[in-house]
Amino acid sequence: MNVVVCVKQTPDSAAKIAVENGQVTWDAGLVLNPWDEYAVEEAIRLKEKHGGKATALCLGPESAKEALKTCVAMGCDEAILIADPVLDGSDALATAYVLALAIQKVGAVDVALFGKQAIDGDTGLVPIAVARRLGWAPLTYTVQIAEIDAGAKTIKALRTLEQGKQVVTAKLPAVVGTVKEINEPRYPSFMGIRKAAKANIAVWKAADLGADAARVGTAGSAVRWPSIYPLPAREGAVELLDGSPEEAAAKLADKLIAEKVI
Amino acid sequence: MATKLWVFIEQFKGVIAPASLEALGAARTLGGGVTGLLFGQGVGDLAQSVIAHGADEVLVADDASLADFRVEAYAALLVKLAREHAPALLLAGATTAGRDLFGAAAVDLEAGCLADAVGVKLVGGVVQAVRPVYAGKLLADVTFASGGKPQLVTLRPRAFPKPEPDAGRTGTVTSVAPALAEDAIGVKVLDYVIEQGQVSLADAKIIVSGGRGVGGAEGFGPVRDLAQTLGGAMGASRAAVDAGWIPYAHQVGQTGKTVAPDLYIAAGISGSIQHQAGMRSSKVIVAVNKDPEAPIFKVARYGVVGDLFKILPALTAEFKKRLGK
Repeated sequence: MNVVVCVKQTPDSAAKIAVENGQVTWDAGLVLNPWDEYAVEEAIRLKEKHGGKATALCLGPESAKEALKTCVAMGCDEAILIADPVLDGSDALATAYVLALAIQKVGAVDVALFGKQAIDGDTGLVPIAVARRLGWAPLTYTVQIAEIDAGAKTIKALRTLEQGKQVVTAKLPAVVGTVKEINEPRYPSFMGIRKAAKANIAVWKAADLGADAARVGTAGSAVRWPSIYPLPAREGAVELLDGSPEEAAAKLADKLIAEKVI
Repeated sequence: MATKLWVFIEQFKGVIAPASLEALGAARTLGGGVTGLLFGQGVGDLAQSVIAHGADEVLVADDASLADFRVEAYAALLVKLAREHAPALLLAGATTAGRDLFGAAAVDLEAGCLADAVGVKLVGGVVQAVRPVYAGKLLADVTFASGGKPQLVTLRPRAFPKPEPDAGRTGTVTSVAPALAEDAIGVKVLDYVIEQGQVSLADAKIIVSGGRGVGGAEGFGPVRDLAQTLGGAMGASRAAVDAGWIPYAHQVGQTGKTVAPDLYIAAGISGSIQHQAGMRSSKVIVAVNKDPEAPIFKVARYGVVGDLFKILPALTAEFKKRLGK
């Protein structure tokens, strides 16, 4: 069973995010995108259960090697960084195009795993777009891989939707988009961290993937982001309601009824 | 010729998703002819409701292969229709189905897709949208590069008002055939596991959430009582979910659900950056917390400093009285 997990490096979820001169800044380090931890854990579990190899793939700058090292420290066998200035400015669909090519280059992949979305761009489009590009079974929002039959090349999974959980089967290869409930990601072990420190992370360029230059980077992206800015501050300070619990409750009820939210 | 605006009408077991009706309302404000795309099995009767909520035309595909939302079948049909009719703009709710459908269709159409818009307008035929990024800590203005391609946009649930139905509206209903035969669809749906009485947090008008301050699984009792009295849904902070007091499905915040109810009551929740990211676009926020310094009071409009185990039951009793329950 060959598994690929696609990850992104993002600012830490606890970071204060600000905008300075049109550039997004943050006051904490870069980490493995929190949603991707579940995908990495699931990749390692699949490998442990079915044998084979788990490869982490990341599109990003040279610094994103740190996120890949986290994947290796958790238990991935290999890590590959796709780094190329021509890819700068790629939107979700251009990113998916590049990742689909990279998954094909890895070769003989049975399952490609993804986190639900990245906590910076927040589009959640990449997993489905990769599935569509590859023509693989699109199992997004997967909360449980119930069964994989490696011989028959089939998968049974539970997907979490707004209405509840959906039980589906499909043929491999599949794209599995994970959600948080799927597992409890492990912490990197001491041995894992040592292994990651020495890991040789391959770097692929757009040309290595045979990517069409017209389909990547800003030129190959349909979506433009003319400006980015902080949320307007919420108006006014909090109004504290005092008195006994009953008095405070009565005052609050008056307010909420006047606000027409009840 | 009027701008062609298409809206994907998502339905589950014959009930139209509120986000689809909101998208119809948003389409109506943009000026143009609005077409609803209604796919499913036995869904023809819903077409009139789609018209009443703002469509001029409904394309109905009624087939067993479309009974469940499966992105392969739905995207194939959407793409086929879009190639035939060349809509300028396609809208859907940013639900799991809407996001998957538009992400897949955009690949086939070599078009762009904007996810999760909270504001949208058309300027010279080009979409200009606003969407939250960095887990709702920032907003971005987003638009499409020129190109005459369809523009696909999903709209965040509850970010746009739901239009009032007008039973007097008229429109045309046209049947269309599915694009894929059943044996060409790889994914088979076996079953659904649906919790009874589950309220979708994304669609909820009122949410009462509990955090670390509730102290344990039983501590959610008063939270649940208040939510039920108000006809709302129950939410939770990550701390409460990680402690195992309540299932993840209830988690509001950066690695949970993003919600925007009319009323959000946070009980025993300190209000971390990550929690705020998931709820700060709520219309009215109420904080109940022992600690007057808790960050939640910075985003709340109303606050009660005190013991949630006294204040929530008092609120429940007060609302039962006021609502005549």
